[in-house]
Amino acid sequence: MSVKVRIPTPLRRLTAGQGEVQSQGAAVSQVLADLETQFPGMHERLFDEAGQLRRFVNVYLNEEDIRFLQGLDTPVGEGDLISIVPAIAGGA
Amino acid sequence: MSYVRQLKCRECGETFPLEPISICEYCFGPLEVDYDYAAIRSSVTREGIAAGPKTMWRYRDLLPVESEQPVDLGTGFTPLLRADNLGRRLGIDHLYLKNDSVNPTFSFKDRVVSVSVSKALEFGFRTVACASTGNLSASVAAHAAKAGLECYIFIPADLEHSKIVGTAVYGPNLVAVEGNYDEVNRLSSEVADKYGWAFVNINLRPFYSEGSKTLAFETAEQLGWRLPDHVVAPMAGGSVLTKIWKGFRELAAVGLVEPRDTRFSGAQAHGCSPIVTAYKAGAENITPVKPRTIAKSLAIGNPADGYYALRTIRNTGGAAEEVNDAEIVEGIKLLASTEGIFTETAGGVTVAVLTKLAAAGRFRPQETVVAYITGNGLKTVEALEGHLPEVRPIPPTLSSFEGQILKHTA
Repeated sequence: MSVKVRIPTPLRRLTAGQGEVQSQGAAVSQVLADLETQFPGMHERLFDEAGQLRRFVNVYLNEEDIRFLQGLDTPVGEGDLISIVPAIAGGA
Repeated sequence: MSYVRQLKCRECGETFPLEPISICEYCFGPLEVDYDYAAIRSSVTREGIAAGPKTMWRYRDLLPVESEQPVDLGTGFTPLLRADNLGRRLGIDHLYLKNDSVNPTFSFKDRVVSVSVSKALEFGFRTVACASTGNLSASVAAHAAKAGLECYIFIPADLEHSKIVGTAVYGPNLVAVEGNYDEVNRLSSEVADKYGWAFVNINLRPFYSEGSKTLAFETAEQLGWRLPDHVVAPMAGGSVLTKIWKGFRELAAVGLVEPRDTRFSGAQAHGCSPIVTAYKAGAENITPVKPRTIAKSLAIGNPADGYYALRTIRNTGGAAEEVNDAEIVEGIKLLASTEGIFTETAGGVTVAVLTKLAAAGRFRPQETVVAYITGNGLKTVEALEGHLPEVRPIPPTLSSFEGQILKHTA
């Protein structure tokens, strides 16, 4: 499965400035693992020592936060869009 | 000039130059402004502050702005009112209310926006923008008007009417997005990445959030340079509570007050209470939710600073509590009828949680308790529809006044 991944500014140093890249995988976890293969250093930015997504990293599949789906196990389809979005302040 | 040194990651401690960035590129943690506290300590005095303007800018030594003339609408130094009527009702001996509903755009947001729009000018931006649940939108639009900046405001389309009007009047490009605040935020984040505008709560967040510290500075000064025993604050993203805590710490660090172990309690609405849920479950991580509450200014299901708010509450021995929509309306009415302050739904959440914590015996005898009222009631009049006595017109005669009104109220 080939999907598009949107890369936020803080991670673009790893992607030579690209804001969108192609990645492969059948689930979100595989797509993110493929990112590490293509752009070494990505994994340690996104995951903590215990292998969990870092606290301030939000991952969306199309329009939905993967925590409302099946987390890293969420299956992806051909042409899906994955967005990596930092946590954003707001409200009180 | 300022006493700011650099930006520093709250998680890994990595340092960064003073730029419009908010996220650590090594660990994704939030960046925070780092000051030279030793230098501040040697120059700042209570007298110097007292001689400053009667606005939040009297504390400029502890704010991250270089310009001599920040973008200022007269924000801050709002009343700290002794609330004996409400205190008696709830059984709190020394209750104070920080009434921030009387700021220029009627919420505490003017504090964070005055700092961040000043900073946007310093960085040379021509366009400021924000994602907002309603209070921030009005404030950014007003400050952009004052500063002569282009302005884009992204709001959820279902926002209260008065918040839309209260933003549109300043002439921004107002973008109503079909989605909840978290979705608006996500769109804004992508717009920020693509267009390079100054998003006050995204790429200017480290500077923006510092503005909330002035709530703490004013509270301490207005208590006679003393820190309270217990603070109750509303929580959406969790930033305000965390920054009030930081503000108290800084005042002690620069020698303006004696340190005190102030306890911090946080208030959320039942339909959007991810921080309270984590607190009650003893969890360290916060699970996002889809908000469903009349307290739209607190309707953030994915709180960016939730983890820090939770840690502050736990470390200081405070509590976190939630209230439902009916309790929020009762909170608004209770505050108005006891203290003469009309607050929006977020203030209703704070007062209702204050009530709940008092009933649970969370406040100790003779403690000084400060509750933060962060927004004005005229912003959310919809919340009170059907909850106040109906007003029926009478003919303009004395007999109808006596017959229809006095007879029923005597």
